[in-house]
Amino acid sequence: MKLLSEVTKGIIKENPIFVIVLGMCPTLAVSTSVDNALGMGAAATFVLICSNMIISLIKGIVPSSIRIPIYIVVIAAFVSIVDMSMAAFLPDLHKALGLFIPLIVVNCIILGRAEAYASKNNVINSMADGLGMGLGFTLSLVIVATIREILGSGTWLKMQVMPSSYEPMLVAILAPGAFITLGFLMALMNMMKEKK
Amino acid sequence: MGYIGEIFVMAMTALFIQNFVLSRFLGLCPYLGVSKKIDSAFGMGMAVIFVMTLTSSITYLINRYLLANFMYLQTIAFILTIAALVQFVEMVIQKNAPALYKSLGVYLPLITTNCAVLGVAIINTKAFRSDGVTAYNFLDSTLNGFFTGLGFTVVLLAMAGIRQRLELVELPKSMKGMPIALILAGIMALAFYGFMGFKI
Repeated sequence: MKLLSEVTKGIIKENPIFVIVLGMCPTLAVSTSVDNALGMGAAATFVLICSNMIISLIKGIVPSSIRIPIYIVVIAAFVSIVDMSMAAFLPDLHKALGLFIPLIVVNCIILGRAEAYASKNNVINSMADGLGMGLGFTLSLVIVATIREILGSGTWLKMQVMPSSYEPMLVAILAPGAFITLGFLMALMNMMKEKK
Repeated sequence: MGYIGEIFVMAMTALFIQNFVLSRFLGLCPYLGVSKKIDSAFGMGMAVIFVMTLTSSITYLINRYLLANFMYLQTIAFILTIAALVQFVEMVIQKNAPALYKSLGVYLPLITTNCAVLGVAIINTKAFRSDGVTAYNFLDSTLNGFFTGLGFTVVLLAMAGIRQRLELVELPKSMKGMPIALILAGIMALAFYGFMGFKI
């Protein structure tokens, strides 16, 4: 039961994007379409689970003064694995995400969870935390991407959802659309919180 | 076009046409986090320019001479370089320029996880001059790092200037803080899209 709550807290209560506001760069950059968002979410989730696991395992041995560089090396190793596997098996997605795959290394969510959670908790809980945070990140990405893809190209997961007479709002898939969409989504979240 | 022209193109691209923050989405965390006051935005900007210029030149050398046969180690090597460099710069400044350390101090550690720094290092390894054939050499990479840092600082300062005034504006409660900052960034990005059409 406790394990389950470790997973679910990352999805809603401590959602990394809407509540903790970490990892903004990939959120805005790859949310142009839902399949990019899913790919990015899966990559980040994998790295989160694996790095949380390893960091939780080595937490007793690492001297605290050099822990950050060591965490970064662990994370960078998993990011390289993801980078190379994606280039080999999903070349199209790899091309679409481009620079943002190696940049998962500096995604603050991953280092943040390593420092705030995995370095203090046992292996199983840390992996559950990684999974929950990863799912929360993916969910938020998909929400932003859904709005942007429907408005900007009239499709969802490449399926046509808007009537063919719909003129796509190009601005939604360009940079300004990303900022404005996320801004309004956050305002909406705040409004819901106030109501409670 | 001579080399001066090449530098001019590079500067315009980094500052306006392909601004790292507003069109490539790099370095957003400090852009949104440290833009509440002009003073701290200025400190952060200077620290970023400094670290980016150094990182660009050092990662160029590492990429060219150490990683030639180990390209798969690029991400790890670059992030370690940045982390070590930031730590080193922090120690040197603390020792030799206490006044500068006082103003940059808090921002330096944050730069390690600024994705714009790693981003510029990776982009430099794949970038070409305006003719589309010549890869960046040592001087190109260093200059590109400097201009990218400058572009970051310009946008950060503009944002801080607006946000400082925004403090006095009456807003719906749910829009305060991050939401309005994001919408503001969107409008700025829209303005910067005007530069996209530039052909130099």
